Amino acid sequence: MKYDIVCAGGGGQGVLSVAALVAYAAMREGLSVRQSEVHGMAQRGGAVMSFLRLSDTGIASDLIPRGYGDMILSMEPMESLRYLDYLNPDGVIVTASEPVVNIPDYPDLETLLAAVRSVPGSHVVDTQRLARECGFSRAANVVLVGAASRFLPLSEEGLENGVRSFFSAKGQEVVAGNLSALRTGRTGGGR
Amino acid sequence: MRKNLYIIEFNSYYRKILFVRFGNGNLFSLTPGQRGYRIRPKETQMNELVLLGDEAVALGALHAGLSAAYGYPGTPSTEIIEYLKRVLGSSARPVVSWCANEKTAYEGALGTSFVGRRALVTMKHVGLNVASDPFVNSALVQLGGGLVVAVADDPGMHSSQDEQDSRFYADFARVPCFEPADHQEAYRMTREAFDLSERLHVPVVLKMVTRLAHSRGIVKPEEPRGENPVERITETNRWILTPANARVNWERLLDLQKTIIDYTAGSEFNSLELSPDVTEYGVITTGLGRNYYLENLPDLPRKPSLLHIGVYPVPDRLIKELFSRVKGVYIFEEGYPFIERRLAGVFGTPVPVWGKLSGHVPRSGELTPDAVRKALGLPERKTKQGPPIALPGRPPQLCKGCPHGDTFLAMKEALSGFTERIVTSDIGCYALGAMPPYRIPETVVCMGASIGMAKGASEAGFYPVLATIGDSTFFHSGVTPLIDAVSADTDMTVVIMDNGAVAMTGGQETVLPVGSIENLVMGLGVPREHVRVLTPLPKHFAENVAAFREEIAHHGLSVIIMRRECLETLKRKKKGEKE
Repeated sequence: MKYDIVCAGGGGQGVLSVAALVAYAAMREGLSVRQSEVHGMAQRGGAVMSFLRLSDTGIASDLIPRGYGDMILSMEPMESLRYLDYLNPDGVIVTASEPVVNIPDYPDLETLLAAVRSVPGSHVVDTQRLARECGFSRAANVVLVGAASRFLPLSEEGLENGVRSFFSAKGQEVVAGNLSALRTGRTGGGR
Repeated sequence: MRKNLYIIEFNSYYRKILFVRFGNGNLFSLTPGQRGYRIRPKETQMNELVLLGDEAVALGALHAGLSAAYGYPGTPSTEIIEYLKRVLGSSARPVVSWCANEKTAYEGALGTSFVGRRALVTMKHVGLNVASDPFVNSALVQLGGGLVVAVADDPGMHSSQDEQDSRFYADFARVPCFEPADHQEAYRMTREAFDLSERLHVPVVLKMVTRLAHSRGIVKPEEPRGENPVERITETNRWILTPANARVNWERLLDLQKTIIDYTAGSEFNSLELSPDVTEYGVITTGLGRNYYLENLPDLPRKPSLLHIGVYPVPDRLIKELFSRVKGVYIFEEGYPFIERRLAGVFGTPVPVWGKLSGHVPRSGELTPDAVRKALGLPERKTKQGPPIALPGRPPQLCKGCPHGDTFLAMKEALSGFTERIVTSDIGCYALGAMPPYRIPETVVCMGASIGMAKGASEAGFYPVLATIGDSTFFHSGVTPLIDAVSADTDMTVVIMDNGAVAMTGGQETVLPVGSIENLVMGLGVPREHVRVLTPLPKHFAENVAAFREEIAHHGLSVIIMRRECLETLKRKKKGEKE
């Protein structure tokens, strides 16, 4: 079994934290993981991308080959389309809907979201709204992970235990809030 | 023994008592005969750790009984020292510090080795250019404690001016080089490198690349060892490289080459796996090339012979053995065609070689599993089809509110009266000012080049000439060219953009505290009236523009220090205080 995820988003959105959370949960379930990041000058650009590879056997390459990825997990709608080359034709896109507009020529949002929805296997999630609704507005990213969890090869319990451990140092309230966000994303994450 | 209560830590992984923890939190190694130092409990209680490649190197060094780690921040090597600092906390030993530059870092490590203890030096690939003087010459002395040079190359130039391949440096200096392909190798090779360095009394290079340095993978640590005792070198003629001694040492190093080749020929890190029946072709891989080849192997009809090189110099007999059994050879190297170049030599190869030199693999840029797939003649995979919408890029830019922005605006205004000007620049965040909307810096070549280049341009007859350089880059290699400029009282203005951090690499602390630069500059001899310290903020715009105009008008050397703390560093500090 293998599952390859391209994590994407704007700088400062927490792309690497999301990747780390999923990686952590996967490791707890006994899977091998590889997670690659960008640092330094490459980070001064507005876009961040991380490859996250999960497998129940060994993993050779840190890079995901073209057409081999199973999921694009994106915190930003435009970034969700940038790495389609890595996705296999049956792969899924799970993206937040809130844009990060820090360039002058950012496309019109409605056109962009329509374009994302036109790709088969895409799922646009209003993570900010869902996070507010479950009372923990800071957990938009965990809502996204919840939405993605429907496709990830991780058990629901495993992912929840992962979230518990990952946030344990921040106290019970934070853990509870993030669990709520995770569940909200899982059930409420739509088109 | 202290009065503190002590608890024996039983390490279940090693199934023996390895560490003693004192009530005050100190954890000491009980490895017989060695003096221990504090290791954070987390590192010893888990069987497996998820680490960046860089962190695997750091942990390997720590477990190899490190006494000192020196380096200069440089992507993608920075995380090695950052990990050590984080894990060791306020522990006094081993010594871990950022230095003014890679040369001073290396020389520090030589001192550590001279007294019998182990040292790690870390840098990015171009950093070895800076450290090359002590590096090459250190191969001629008789090292005491092991010395490992962890150099992180940047194929594809994610954050660098070039993609030079550090294997050439090891070859040039006639010393061994390890090249890990994954996280476990990064850990184990670092440990082995220290042992080898101590056995052979020469420095050993560990070549990392961005993709491994910045990827997280699993490492299973092995039994750690403690530091060496302090034991200084006594045969100092091995360390005094006057010609008479140097000639003897050089012959000794040349004699050592046979021992080194015997070692690499027998090393587990160089492996030749022969196929019993596939003769159409064989494969040679180095470093991450192996990973990308293995990624595609399941799609090959049959499994060919594979020679993987993980430690250099390459034992030629392994290459000859592979070539004798096949009708062609693929070669996949991450980096320059270092091995490939040697294969053809003057007389050519007995069978065709398909790699970078033949055009089968891209000659530049990072190696990828797709490049290897194409070279092997495997079909391209189908990908998800995208919608017809343009996706504008997000080019790198200065953070919002960055002090450099204010400096550039003031410079732009002050220079607006001139039809022509030259502004040289340097390595750091401010180099991003070369792009819109500022477009001020016009050159970025290497660390510290801004000041020397400005002097050269001015002395060739151009006016006005300004040099922009950051505080860390100034300490690194801006001081020496400034000495030249003082000596000639060159008509130029040096703008030191002091944000109090080594910012581009992630905000490491500078080697001297904020406020040191003006005294240093005046101490070198720049007249006080031409050393200005200003604050790059919108409310000081008019004052700053006036100061720039005055110093540009002064036909001699001026230094303007534009000082305001990096916003990202400030943010991190405030966050740290809160937690």
